[in-house]
Amino acid sequence: MNTFIIWLLALVQTALLVAIAPLFASWVKRIKCYLQNRRPPVLLQPYRDLRRLFAKKVVLADNASVIFRLAPYIVCGTTIMAAAVIPILIVQIPIASIADAIVLVGTFALGRFFLALAGLDVGTSFGGMGSSREMTIAALAEPAMLMVVFTLAMLASSSNLSTIVTYVLNQELVLRPSLLFALLALILVGIAETGRFPVDNPATHLELTMIHEAMILEYSGRHLALMELAAQLKFTIYAVLIANLFFPWGISQSLAPGALLLAVFSIAAKLTVLGAFLALSETTMAKMRLFRVPTFLAVAFTLSLLGMLSFIMLEGH
Amino acid sequence: METYAELPLLQQAIQTLAALVLVSSFALLAQSRVIATIQIFAWQGLLLAVITTLIAWETGLTHLYISAALTLVLKAFFVPWLLIRQARKLGILRDFDAIIRPGITLMAAGSLVIFCYNVVLPIQRFAQSITRDAIAVSLALVMIGMLMLITRRKAITQVVAFMSLENGLFFAAISATQGMPMVVELGVAFDVLIAAVIFGIFFFHIRDSIESLDVDQLNRLAETDE
Repeated sequence: MNTFIIWLLALVQTALLVAIAPLFASWVKRIKCYLQNRRPPVLLQPYRDLRRLFAKKVVLADNASVIFRLAPYIVCGTTIMAAAVIPILIVQIPIASIADAIVLVGTFALGRFFLALAGLDVGTSFGGMGSSREMTIAALAEPAMLMVVFTLAMLASSSNLSTIVTYVLNQELVLRPSLLFALLALILVGIAETGRFPVDNPATHLELTMIHEAMILEYSGRHLALMELAAQLKFTIYAVLIANLFFPWGISQSLAPGALLLAVFSIAAKLTVLGAFLALSETTMAKMRLFRVPTFLAVAFTLSLLGMLSFIMLEGH
Repeated sequence: METYAELPLLQQAIQTLAALVLVSSFALLAQSRVIATIQIFAWQGLLLAVITTLIAWETGLTHLYISAALTLVLKAFFVPWLLIRQARKLGILRDFDAIIRPGITLMAAGSLVIFCYNVVLPIQRFAQSITRDAIAVSLALVMIGMLMLITRRKAITQVVAFMSLENGLFFAAISATQGMPMVVELGVAFDVLIAAVIFGIFFFHIRDSIESLDVDQLNRLAETDE
């Protein structure tokens, strides 16, 4: 009975995360609008967009192959799978023992691979350009992400995300340089991977700079809806990862209704604050030239490397 | 042996600041703007002064307060101020000092840190001080300072590299043996002061003779025409 409830809860929290992903993206956009003296769209606008796109007919290019038609389902599916792997409301999720943090990175890589293939498939120049840029950034961001994972795994002696969160949650007040650097590196990697400022601008279709938009330019109808949902979900997953790995307070360690309710409120509060901070940083920063992005990611990699080294050198006894 | 989480919070703060000093060293290595390099150097001096104060507080060694004050005044304020003033006079404050292959340089710095850690391990095992873990960081500061010296072209950033190397030596003395005797410390502080002034005079001499601060041009003989 108990295992059944845990599995049910794990499914419910994943579904909940998928459901609030457009809302989170919309929240960040709203704060950004306020900061830039613009009138924001309604908070539920992304849901309306998704509904509209799902209702529309799909227009396919003549030379689109089966990969092009399958890619939205694979991209969205892998992202939902990634959402199932991370602890959101309860720490001990059963899936965490099957899929650890390295699998999480792998799931993202699988989705990205098909996204890039779909960009290349129709043969437009924009799609190819976007795919090539996406893969360049991914090749540089992934090592940094893995170093962050390894640092956390060394800290908690396990790469299981539930174990890591439990470890961080149960330690007393302690200043760890390794955690500080891992956090900074993960924020930089998250910004690059989800295509936010200053790496990519999710709001424009400017051919000189776009990365993510260039790849999904040929999509329409429900395919586009799935791609958009996957992008919003990936963005939310990174936010939840940052919130729950480094500030896990409030997450529930039991199945008691009170603790679960507290977990819901705490994750909502954390996402609200994190989104506001992100909007603030996006407003104050200018977009980077594409050729400076490798430097940006080199900083992320150096920080994650320093996190690991300072764990070994300074906290190793 | 107690684990890291059981250490007093003050010692954890010292370790965290030591890690931040290492970050500032990497930042110095990667930064190409002259003014930003000098500013990061000032921050490094400030961090070292704070660490020295914390160590003095933790160990109760009063002479460390004097070294902390000297570090603060000299390395966080006076030398950066002097360098910025000279750079402004030379008109190179907003210049770029191109870094040769930044990626490889950063990787090299990372491997230097690992090398230093391995070299320091035997010393660390027998040291008794509360900051024995930071010895590896201080040696890494010296090594990264040297790396910066050989990867830079402009005389002014090389001087910053030399000063940050000296920061590493100071940090090594603090973390391994809780500071040098007062006479030595005062002597070194005076040395840094004089060095900064003399370097300043040299900047003008170098610029007068080759009309640039790019020391790569010193490889050519001035008499020969190409």
